Amino acid sequence: MPKLTIDGIAIEVPAGVTVLQACELAGKEIPRFCYHERLSIAGNCRMCLVEMEKSPKPIASCAMPVAEGMAIKTDSPMVKKARHGIVEFLLINHPLDCPICDQGGECDLQDQAMAYGAGLSRYNESKRAVEEKYMGPLVKTEMTRCIHCTRCVRFVTEVAGVEGLGLLGRGEHAEITTYLEQALDSELSGNVIDLCPVGALTAKPYAFVARPWELARTESVDVLDAVGAAICVDARDNEVVRILPRLNEAVNEEWLGDKSRFAVDGLKRQRLDRPYLRGADGRLAAVSWSDAFAAIAKRIKGVKGERIAAIIGDMADAEAMVALKDVMAKLDAPHIDCRQDGAAIDPSLRAGYLFNSTIAGLETADAVLLVASNPRAEAPLVMSRLRKAWLTLDAKLAAIGPVPPGNLPVESLGAGAKTLKDVADGKHPFAKVLSAAKRPALILGQGALRRSDVAAVLGTARRAADSLGLIRDGWNGFNMLHTAAARVGALDLGLVPESGARDLAGILEGASGGALDVVFLLGADEIDMAKLGRAFVVYLGHHGDAGATRADVVLPGAAYTEKNATYVNTEGRVQFARRAVHPPGDAREDWTILRALSDALGRSIDMSSLGDARRRLVAVNPIFDRAGAIVPAPWGDFGTEGKLDPAPFVTAIPDYYLTDPIGRASPTMAECSRIFVHHRASRTGTDG
Amino acid sequence: MLRHADHIFTNLHGHQEWRLKGAQKRGGWDGTKALVKLGREKIVEIVKESGLRGRGGAGFPTGLKWSFMPKQSDGRPSYLVINADESEPGTCKDRDILRHDPHLLLEGALLAGVGMGAAAAYIYIRGEFYREAMHLQAAIDEAYAAKLLGKNACGSGYDYDIYLHRGAGAYICGEETALLESLEGKKGLPRMKPPFPAAVGLWGCPTTVNNVETIAVVPAILRRGAPWFAAIGRPKNTGTKIFCLSGHVNTPCTVEESMSIPLRELIDKHGGGVRGGWDNLLAVIPGGSSMPLLPKSICDDLIMDFDSLVSVKSGLGTAAVVVMDKSTDIIKAVQRLAHFYMHESCGQCTPCREGTGWIYRVMTRMAEGRARVEEIDVLESVTKGIEGHTICAFGEGAVWPIQGLLRHFRPELERRALRGPQAMAAE
Repeated sequence: MPKLTIDGIAIEVPAGVTVLQACELAGKEIPRFCYHERLSIAGNCRMCLVEMEKSPKPIASCAMPVAEGMAIKTDSPMVKKARHGIVEFLLINHPLDCPICDQGGECDLQDQAMAYGAGLSRYNESKRAVEEKYMGPLVKTEMTRCIHCTRCVRFVTEVAGVEGLGLLGRGEHAEITTYLEQALDSELSGNVIDLCPVGALTAKPYAFVARPWELARTESVDVLDAVGAAICVDARDNEVVRILPRLNEAVNEEWLGDKSRFAVDGLKRQRLDRPYLRGADGRLAAVSWSDAFAAIAKRIKGVKGERIAAIIGDMADAEAMVALKDVMAKLDAPHIDCRQDGAAIDPSLRAGYLFNSTIAGLETADAVLLVASNPRAEAPLVMSRLRKAWLTLDAKLAAIGPVPPGNLPVESLGAGAKTLKDVADGKHPFAKVLSAAKRPALILGQGALRRSDVAAVLGTARRAADSLGLIRDGWNGFNMLHTAAARVGALDLGLVPESGARDLAGILEGASGGALDVVFLLGADEIDMAKLGRAFVVYLGHHGDAGATRADVVLPGAAYTEKNATYVNTEGRVQFARRAVHPPGDAREDWTILRALSDALGRSIDMSSLGDARRRLVAVNPIFDRAGAIVPAPWGDFGTEGKLDPAPFVTAIPDYYLTDPIGRASPTMAECSRIFVHHRASRTGTDG
Repeated sequence: MLRHADHIFTNLHGHQEWRLKGAQKRGGWDGTKALVKLGREKIVEIVKESGLRGRGGAGFPTGLKWSFMPKQSDGRPSYLVINADESEPGTCKDRDILRHDPHLLLEGALLAGVGMGAAAAYIYIRGEFYREAMHLQAAIDEAYAAKLLGKNACGSGYDYDIYLHRGAGAYICGEETALLESLEGKKGLPRMKPPFPAAVGLWGCPTTVNNVETIAVVPAILRRGAPWFAAIGRPKNTGTKIFCLSGHVNTPCTVEESMSIPLRELIDKHGGGVRGGWDNLLAVIPGGSSMPLLPKSICDDLIMDFDSLVSVKSGLGTAAVVVMDKSTDIIKAVQRLAHFYMHESCGQCTPCREGTGWIYRVMTRMAEGRARVEEIDVLESVTKGIEGHTICAFGEGAVWPIQGLLRHFRPELERRALRGPQAMAAE
């Protein structure tokens, strides 16, 4: 551990850190623009210059490794002068248009010019202007403001893994640009907005919407995929205006997928803000809560429990799910299923449905086999970890089924379950790669589970994990990658039919065949509504999507930004979403609606506060008492051996942007889908 | 004055054959095997003793530089990279070596490679040097055919390859780390140091980058001995040096002379004197465009070597002497240099990217008499803001000409600022 002095303070720092990091450890703030902890060091902004004893010139602290006996000064006249100079140089060609710049108020250049600048300009020449660049529907450019720190270039190249951005030209004419004037084709592209220290790259959908000081910030978690990324929900008045990532090293580091960031405008459209009841004319009409409940009570009265079923959607919170579980129990109704996509996951063993290596742990894997999974669409943040494993450990990557597009070298082993069986049997060459690896991992996508041979696929994957050494001391490389935020929580709550009860297919069959009279949909929109037949459908959710269209009674619930709710991510990590704004109109938090409904049915559940609901969760599964933590799940036996379907594996998510009611209500996501999935040109406004 | 017998570059002006035959006639590739057999330590020792300093501009002791290369390989090969990207305005020395005596360079490349334990040499030649690249490639082919290079070079048992790479016309690619980037196929942006190329250079391997002239004098040093080389010039400034005389001299030329020759002797003897006589001299840029200019008062008894020029706050640089007589508009001349540096700044780091344009614009107004007197101080502080704050030494190179002007011609700048543009136009 080298010892050095910083401004006279003696400090011992870990070997290999840079002078900048050492200064931070000593509690000294070093201004910077180009340096970023998670990107390679560029050293081009020169803002972090500090004085080093025996060096006639100031040194770039971000790039200089510490050495024994260094003496660093961070506040000497030499350093002050250097900072004055750099700020002045950066500002001479930077338009001082802060009043009309979206970065205003959260701009590194603004802040550092105030803190470290000389306070006046001596520049009397004309300023440089730079032509706009097109970077797609999400990133708005104002390249005249660019200070050429190249953070965006390094991010897309190193983290996102697409080579779409670069610095063209030289000297004063150097410009950051997409080489071919094409949209930035990455699911993580929005992060360049956070990385940009100035207003050159800003959020297009958020342009001119709000100033940072007008916003109330709520720390929450994302539910648009199963990763559970930490987010900040920024609201003005009662409107969520933007979502930004929040630091969580274990899950999302400080990145966020584009859907999670930009689907926010979907929260304002197609919302269910009043209860609706389908009238005699077959049309939904707005009614009061009491009328809606009365209608349900009237229909259910006298109906036997075995003629009532419930299906749970992808964004349901745990409180609502446990309340529904209790309501169903009170009604003696056994038919309940949380797997609205029909993925017949075996819930008997927790390790059998978790991402056991953990998301952060994946980057330590040195051989990874993807089975029916395209993490780029299913969980972009998992993809970035996979990329890290490849970059840092040269991890060997292979896929059975779809191969994730992009420049990650993933070897395609085969199309379907037969290849998986070959690997499990040790017949395939990649089996040797896995067994020779120190930390081998397998990622099983939901695409493998929406088939008739699920039990056999699961059994084969389990056998591969056992035979190839994926399970060893302190390491479990069997990873199921979920796509629904509600799924793991629902499985933890046991929301699957017990033996003899109907699963999703059974419910749909029963409803269309007349064996079921009433079906509750808790935010379930992805099922085939036509198969619900003549059943009386009660939809509880927040968006007017497929479920509400079919429903006989619509009960307006709260979206994830509008409730205090519990979610469990694909690793089995219990996390809390927090209310940033109130639900619109008459909408209420979901568990309170179910509690009120239970009263109306005359079968009250014992839940009168959020605390009650949470206690109930813990009572059902103690895992809910371990918020934020990973509780290692014991390994065991699951799945069966059996006949494998020769059909090729398909990915669970063909369109990353349109996976849920919020995304489908979002114009931004629609535009992204047009451009990135369907490869159509951007709308011009005159194309009809 | 360099004795006739002491010339190393005997075909500098191309009066003789440049091919292998001609080179051999002049003594090239003679007994190279024995020189290779001297071995690594001996070669470095001789070069150290000779006092040879890098001819590319910085004047770093060459033998010392070679000794930084790892003695024991950790599995990575070592490389010699020869910087033939001669782009400094006023400089035309490497070009004459490349086109008229390429075998001198190739033999030097082999011996220098032995001296640093390199597996191969890469010659990065300026893209505009088309004919030179053709000559050099032909020379490489000849040397391979004659088994002077390649496996078992010169029969010495040492395997050595030389590759030629043409640049694409950027001044910054003459900076050693930018050159390495460019050689690797990337954009020529200077790298940060540390790590230095001797530790992490070309493709991450230990690398030494040397100038063409530095390498080309190595065979002569090894053949004739370090004392011979060290006896030419002054202590610490030894050997012969190619000077390029241009500007307002009667006979511009490239000439090999002994180090530490008086400037006046150099100009009078080889340049045919300053146009209009010595008293008509206004200023001299002594070492290529990035070195600060010197007024006549300093030039009168100036000797041309590294230490002497540093003592007058300039530098030997590439030893490209640009002579300006009293007809020169010195402000306009330096403004033109400022334009060059603005145009060639790579744009990677802030001070140089933004500052060179600022300087150019202020210089333009100064040249046109549209600047205020106060701006002279602003200009000076801008140059100080760039100097020492950049990734590479280009920052210094870009501002030193301006600082030289401010140091020696401030009254002229003030006079013009006070006179105004109307008076300028009337003149």
